[in-house]
Amino acid sequence: MVENRPLTAILTHFMLMLGVIAIALPIWITFVAATHDAARMTQVPLPLWPGTHLWANLKQTLFGSGLSGTEGAPVWLMLFNSLAMAMMISLGKIGISLLSAFAIVYFRFPFRMTCFWMIFITLMLPVEVRILPTFEVVANLGMLNSYWGLSIPLIASATATFMFRQVFLTVPDEMLESARIDGAGPMRFFFDILLPLSRTNIAALFVILFIFGWNQYLWPLLITTDTSMTTIVMSIKQMLEAAEQSPQWNIIMTTALLAMVPPIFVVISMQKLFVQGLTETDK
Amino acid sequence: MLKRVHFPSSPLPYLLVAPQLAITLVFFIWPASQAMYQSFLIEDAFGLGSEFVWFENFEALWADQHYLDAFLRTAVFSLLVAALSMGVALLLAGFAQRVVRGAMFYRTLLIWPYAVAPVLAGALWVFMFNPTLGIFPYFLDFFGIDWNHYLNGNQAMALVILAAAWKQVAYNFLFYLAAMQSIPNSVIEAAAIDGAGPGRRFFSIILPLISPTTFFLLVINMVYAFFETFGIIHAVTQGGPGSSTTILVYKVFNDGFVGLDLGGSAAQSVILMVLVIAMTVVQFRYVERKVEY
Amino acid sequence: MAEIKLTDLTKSYGPTEVLHHVAGEIRDGEFIVIVGPSGCGKSTLLRMVAGLETVTSGEIRIADRRVNELEPSARDIAMVFQNYALYPHMSVRENMAYGLKIRKLSKAEINRRVEEAADILEIRQYLDRKPRQLSGGQRQRVAMGRAIVRDPQVFLFDEPLSNLDAKLRVQMRLEIRKLQQRLGVTSIYVTHDQVEAMTLGDRLMVLNGGYVEQFGTPIELYDRPASVFVAGFIGSPAMNFLPATAEEEGMLLPSGIKLIAGVGQRGPVLLGMRPEHLIPDAAGPIAIEVEMVEQLGANTLLHGKLSGTDHAMVASVSGHVSAEMGTAHRFSVTPELLHLFDPETQKRLEA
Repeated sequence: MVENRPLTAILTHFMLMLGVIAIALPIWITFVAATHDAARMTQVPLPLWPGTHLWANLKQTLFGSGLSGTEGAPVWLMLFNSLAMAMMISLGKIGISLLSAFAIVYFRFPFRMTCFWMIFITLMLPVEVRILPTFEVVANLGMLNSYWGLSIPLIASATATFMFRQVFLTVPDEMLESARIDGAGPMRFFFDILLPLSRTNIAALFVILFIFGWNQYLWPLLITTDTSMTTIVMSIKQMLEAAEQSPQWNIIMTTALLAMVPPIFVVISMQKLFVQGLTETDK
Repeated sequence: MLKRVHFPSSPLPYLLVAPQLAITLVFFIWPASQAMYQSFLIEDAFGLGSEFVWFENFEALWADQHYLDAFLRTAVFSLLVAALSMGVALLLAGFAQRVVRGAMFYRTLLIWPYAVAPVLAGALWVFMFNPTLGIFPYFLDFFGIDWNHYLNGNQAMALVILAAAWKQVAYNFLFYLAAMQSIPNSVIEAAAIDGAGPGRRFFSIILPLISPTTFFLLVINMVYAFFETFGIIHAVTQGGPGSSTTILVYKVFNDGFVGLDLGGSAAQSVILMVLVIAMTVVQFRYVERKVEY
Repeated sequence: MAEIKLTDLTKSYGPTEVLHHVAGEIRDGEFIVIVGPSGCGKSTLLRMVAGLETVTSGEIRIADRRVNELEPSARDIAMVFQNYALYPHMSVRENMAYGLKIRKLSKAEINRRVEEAADILEIRQYLDRKPRQLSGGQRQRVAMGRAIVRDPQVFLFDEPLSNLDAKLRVQMRLEIRKLQQRLGVTSIYVTHDQVEAMTLGDRLMVLNGGYVEQFGTPIELYDRPASVFVAGFIGSPAMNFLPATAEEEGMLLPSGIKLIAGVGQRGPVLLGMRPEHLIPDAAGPIAIEVEMVEQLGANTLLHGKLSGTDHAMVASVSGHVSAEMGTAHRFSVTPELLHLFDPETQKRLEA
């Protein structure tokens, strides 16, 4: 910074704090709502400072009857479903992308370019635009209301394959040459050399994919009709609808809090990997 | 593209690409071509048979004032979301970049909304703007503004734009900050010696130098607003009141799953696909141009 | 009139002090080179004059005006950066005009000044190119052009030639010197290259570890180095140092030989003699056991050890000299060309 006047420094920090407050406000209000009882949450104006009912709300949300008036799954089960879906999507994507990137970079085989383009094309087809026919495919395969149905259609990903292709291309050729002189076969080279070299890339990608998987909404909404397969993110919408009859905002916001804590925790605790993952997969 | 050195040919590479290809074929290419095919069909009233009608579905869309409205609405919506979130992010990054120590501290505090699911973002904002209970309507009342996004289409639109932009600020901020930090310090110092104050430097040096990032973010934000805001709309307004917040993605879902107009919905999907492909191509063609220092 | 006065300047980052009580006066139109090894604080000092670093204590005056609290733009200075810091999105013309535009000069005046500077630097045909379309040497000229169009009171150079190849560096060095003499603008130039420093500067400020070791003309630095550091830093190959003992009738060398010099000193001293001041002399007192010979063409360097000791010595002899490895060569030295230093304080001892 060139200007060293204290006034400009104060103004800079002031503007930044203002930005932080504006950005954090919705999350703060959610948190505050999760710390009051149902009665307080019907009085205008709503509180802006935390109350004392956080534990009671958490207990009721996680293990109690939840929101009265809905017949949803218990919230702990929803959390588990979300976790399972997020893990299957992120690990599945990383797994198949690593393998296909390895094949495309390190082998010369007929139809290599065809494979490459078929993978590339998925980059252009977000799930939202082919939602109906994909739903039909999953229904025909009998994968409705299953973890497989929740995760596999979201697994194929060109971005992850591209990223690993980039990483592998930066590995010096001499690595492969010396590995071959040492007598290592392709899979041995893959596990002993390539995987360890791409460790941080894998971790960075995992952070991004975990959030992507956890936050899926439209797809689970379509293919789960069984309440025991509901994910936590989906349940919010059902609760909002129920809220029109019985506004238990403390429970709804506690659920919302539970739904966003895991991905926020992942982002904050692995901030460096998260930033690396974002810039690598998108650029 | 390919390593100079590679493994000898064997069936192994086929095994390695098989899982990804299988999933791509079954869940991407097959459904996409189904959508394409269905967009040329009209089902009869009883759902018993269907007739191949070439481009009739597209013609119907073209003649459908609702669809054209939705198209225009989507364009306005995504431009406003992009402008709002990029504007705020640019401003914050401009300030954060001036902080010698503590830029990372602010970054930590500013990136959380990225982790919040769109539908949750919608829920938070709908709660804050609840006409009877919400904090904001309570305060807006003092200014004589009667807030009810369930009745007022413009307010509903404003609310989904706010929620969508809020979620995207974090992402834009990260890219803007990284772009600004990659400008050599000496260029900024040279401008200061040339007599440019902080504001002038921002507009005549920093802003032009990060223009590739701005362009990249514009494409990304448009794609985001087009496709990833479904959850926000679904939670906040369900496309209403009337159809004042029905954007294209929401209409595909609504016409297909609620209205059960398969042909029309498929035709809409095809149009969306063409749009995504166009945006992706634009991004790949122009984004790679980088500034050389 | 722009003389610069530095008074008791100190710079600290937190608890670490990186510049200690720097003082010096620079006359109007003088070309000053700040030279020292990397990390000695020379760039920090320059950036403090520019206003890019704050002053912890002490005072900087430019043209008899205290500038400590002034923004860089208010100090009437121009700076050439090591990486040139050209604005990549502007043409050469716009780069040079930027500062003038901010100062709200008329279009005609801006054009006149830019074209005049472009003619001086012979970059007129590049005025409409972008920096990335120019070679390193051309960018260097544009950076200089940007400085001179402003017609400032002071030029500041921060290692401006270190990104150029060796041949271009020598050429640009001469051009900078000629330009500065023609314009007569007070200049401060930072470099780590002692040859660059010697050829460019009217006076040199040698910095080491945040202290000013010596501030003087190149000849003063060469002839009367104020400390062991300056003696070793200025001149190539570097000065030879031998521990010696000053006695009544002369210097006792580690080889057990006495030199008739250093009258008036007593006790242990550090004796310095430049390689080029050792004169081949079959009867000379200094014997060097040659271990390696470097033929440089115009002269020959003989590397070896002072006979009977482990002290490395270099002698520079003009012309071609053939020497066999392991043979001893004898040299003599004029007493006036010997330098004496205090082994404790490393400071020069006056004979």
